[in-house]
Amino acid sequence: MPWHRKHLLTIEELKRSEIEQILATAGAFRRILDRKVKKVPALRGKTIVNLFLEPSTRTRISFEMAAKLLSADVISFDAAASSTTKGETLRDTAQNIQALHADMIVLRHAASGSPLYLSKVLGIPVVNAGDGAHEHPTQALLDVFTMREKLGDLKGRKVVILGDILFSRVARSNIHALTKLGADVTIVGPSTLVPHWFESLGVRVSHNLREALADADVVMLLRIQHERQGVSHFPSIGEYTSMFGLNYTRASWVKPGAIIMHPGPINRGVEIDSDIADSDRSVILQQVTNGIAVRMAVLYLCAGGQPEAVTVPVT
Amino acid sequence: MPFLHIKNGRVIDPASKRDAKGDVFIADGKFVKSPTPAQKKSAQVIDAKGLVVCPGLVDIHVHFREPGQTHKETILTGSQAAAAGGFTTVVCMPNTSPVVDNAGTVTLIKAAAAAAPVHVYPTGCITVGMKGQALAPHGSLQKAGVVALTDDGLCVQSNELMHRAVEYAKMFGLSILDHCQDESMTEKAVMNEGVVSTRLGLKGWPHAAEDIIVARNIILSRYTGAHIHMQHISSAHSVELMRQAKKNGVNVTAEATPHHIAFTEEALGTYDTHFKMNPPLRTEADRKAIIAGLRDGTLDCIGTDHAPHAPEEKDREFDYAPNGIIGLETALPVCLDILVKKSKFQLSHVIDLMTRKAADILKLPAGTLAPGATADVCIFDPAETWLYNTYGAFSKSINSPWDKQNLTGRVKTTIVSGKVVYQNGKMLV
Repeated sequence: MPWHRKHLLTIEELKRSEIEQILATAGAFRRILDRKVKKVPALRGKTIVNLFLEPSTRTRISFEMAAKLLSADVISFDAAASSTTKGETLRDTAQNIQALHADMIVLRHAASGSPLYLSKVLGIPVVNAGDGAHEHPTQALLDVFTMREKLGDLKGRKVVILGDILFSRVARSNIHALTKLGADVTIVGPSTLVPHWFESLGVRVSHNLREALADADVVMLLRIQHERQGVSHFPSIGEYTSMFGLNYTRASWVKPGAIIMHPGPINRGVEIDSDIADSDRSVILQQVTNGIAVRMAVLYLCAGGQPEAVTVPVT
Repeated sequence: MPFLHIKNGRVIDPASKRDAKGDVFIADGKFVKSPTPAQKKSAQVIDAKGLVVCPGLVDIHVHFREPGQTHKETILTGSQAAAAGGFTTVVCMPNTSPVVDNAGTVTLIKAAAAAAPVHVYPTGCITVGMKGQALAPHGSLQKAGVVALTDDGLCVQSNELMHRAVEYAKMFGLSILDHCQDESMTEKAVMNEGVVSTRLGLKGWPHAAEDIIVARNIILSRYTGAHIHMQHISSAHSVELMRQAKKNGVNVTAEATPHHIAFTEEALGTYDTHFKMNPPLRTEADRKAIIAGLRDGTLDCIGTDHAPHAPEEKDREFDYAPNGIIGLETALPVCLDILVKKSKFQLSHVIDLMTRKAADILKLPAGTLAPGATADVCIFDPAETWLYNTYGAFSKSINSPWDKQNLTGRVKTTIVSGKVVYQNGKMLV
């Protein structure tokens, strides 16, 4: 089936078959990462601009790496030194980048919906690298890619997402991806960060960690995002950790073979103890590696590539 | 000024319980019961066959941005938009630049309003600089000509200051208009808190933040006897609080906007900033409760909250766009659609909400076709469907969710103090 989308804005708008197409393409690119020479010419001659208007390290580097491995030229935009600090609007900044003959924009923005807005303003593809508390589609794709790598088909698998759900774009994108792939999703955390509204997205809401972790195949932890919280949503970090932090004892509540995930950056000793983060159950670093392959797939497809055209021999 | 004879129309004047085919006569800017033979002979006749003839519409909640933000709207352009929408009396909010917390600014506004095609009444601030810290000079403002007091979008947060404000304003016969919002609960909020904000990842504005202030104001009104008017009610619970308060005889009134009866939070699905307003669009249950409140008299009138913003201000990321939409030129067709067509209100009831009842809240001399009253008239075709296009419309701004939509119900003629100011798409003054 051919790939038709020009932009990747949300997981919510993707059909299951489109998610499968991206994951299959990412699978092929993932094999490239194990070769001695990791570069392919798929996007040679294309220029991709990383328009990161909100601080990011791993996502920006991951997109840069992905673009470079596809032989694209990459320009990363430093928000602090940009015209946006002089009051230039997002529309003008992006239109200027387009006028400079960029072929694609990867946007990270603090305001939800910004990639959709930009996609209506520009003629070139826009890839969402995280918009406010809305979505972070490539993170969800790399998460489900990693889950499938470890667990196989996700249908009926129990995935627990634990932590700051309210302010998390990762949680939203993962909820959409996982429910489309047939997983059974429970979100858990303090009631102020895990409001009941989320049930409308097809997940179970729980505030009881022990109950939620029982029989979990995947425990995905989320960072407590102090920077997004206007008021205190819980009494203290200490209280949060004592109630919801994943420590050795709590990790024993999940079933054997379950994996522990985290989109990073992790707050060691807050949402996760070091011995769990570094344990053999943890797939946190595999997530990072898989992120390159998934982003290669997304950049490749949005630039007009087709899934079936990616054939990478194992070398 | 010619003698005017409006004939063949369906004359609806809820204030005088009139709803029948008939004539309306105007001499020297006032309605008269019947003309003399000489007047009849010399009359300028307006044939209103197939049209509705009603009192000029009254809106007690508009923003005309003058002084200070005239790139969005001026008193003249706002008044022209009003006239085109059938409004003949409007009440301007004081969040201009500078704000209306002194008699000098009132004088300035009144001077500009003198050249406007409709009656424009200013309001003054409750507190100095609308900062919610010290009372503005209510007495001086009243003397200068304000008809009410409000801090508009900046609801007074201190209960004690609000208590003293309503007590003090009452002495001058001034009502307090309040935008009910507990700001401690709505910091950085951009839409209703609920299922849709959860999905969109936008910060939610819980209806409880409105309900708490509505309840506070009901308590203060009951305690002091002062009149407090709740602006643009958006929540079902607030409607219920108002219903109870009115049952208890508390001196409170409230308004609803056309956009809160027409849309819900679902309209924000594509982050369209033309649906970003404060208070935000809420749920279908809230929308229905507002309509029920208008039906049973819990909510007293329609107010547009006409809030012009320049295109470049709305054309940006949802979080950063200002709240508000324009509404004067679309209010009547929207109310006809939502209330008459879809909610089966009597046409005369809707006209009552947009004329007499609105005027009565602030005791404005408007809202009736009764002999002796100032001759403000709206003549509209309830059946005409037309394309609303903000480009070419009268407001200086274009921030309307109804832009390029077909609307049914079109104002044909607007008469202010006996003078035809707007007719068939043209401004005549």
